Amino acid sequence: MEPGLYHILFISAALFFIGVYGFLTRRNLITMLMSIELILNSVNLNFIAFNKYLWPGKMDGLFFTLFIIAIAAAEAAVAIAIIINLYRSHQSIDVENAEDLKY
Amino acid sequence: MTGSIIIFYLLAALTLGCGILAVSTRQIFRAAIYLLFALIGIAGLYFWLEYEFIAAVQIVVYVGGIVVLIIFSIFLTHQAGEKLPRQRLDRKIFAALAVFCGFALTMLQVYQHEFYGSEDTGEAPTVANIGRRMLKVDDGGYALPFEVISILLLAALIGCIVIALREKKEIKELPQRPEDKKP
Repeated sequence: MEPGLYHILFISAALFFIGVYGFLTRRNLITMLMSIELILNSVNLNFIAFNKYLWPGKMDGLFFTLFIIAIAAAEAAVAIAIIINLYRSHQSIDVENAEDLKY
Repeated sequence: MTGSIIIFYLLAALTLGCGILAVSTRQIFRAAIYLLFALIGIAGLYFWLEYEFIAAVQIVVYVGGIVVLIIFSIFLTHQAGEKLPRQRLDRKIFAALAVFCGFALTMLQVYQHEFYGSEDTGEAPTVANIGRRMLKVDDGGYALPFEVISILLLAALIGCIVIALREKKEIKELPQRPEDKKP
């Protein structure tokens, strides 16, 4: 079958829910961050697919993807700085051990 | 079956298979490597869709930047060969159930919906067009978000430095940390 918009949407939905599954089951901050990266990538794939198949004459989906990638890079850098700082003070990066962050 | 279709299904299988392995393996370093291959699969899908610039950005930023950052942080926070603790089975089952229901609902909605696109092919996503559009200031230009993103990246840079800075006092206490005394 010729792959089209619905195939890409299937892949991105599956990738999104794989990320959600990882986010719900993992209890380690770095693996949770990896799940978030998967979710962001599925969103990017959706934007590109809609841009390609529905509005081939415009480039707005492409720019959204570019900006999401830039924001994701900044977010990952800050998150990893926080995680490493947490590891320094708690010797653990488990979410259960990180609950005194809120005080 | 032409070559293009076979390549599409191979890339889809690579992306989804490595994605599933990345969230289910118990060795965190392997999870990072599976994530790397899932991101490469997505970059391949961008190439397949003929969005070469986005594919290149994906490889440079995600594969070359974020995954390397994640691997470094794994090296800094984990012992080699250490496995993640096993998760409770009920949590896994309920998460899988919720994810499956959400996926089924989403795909049902997507397949029932008919998408109508436009047929015009005004601007092709070439690098020249992207650059021109990115710095255009009048209608339809992206100059303002571009500047806002650069401010955001600067803020993230400064924020990382501030978070990573240590107090002077802490540096003096460093040799007395318990794990340094052990050997």
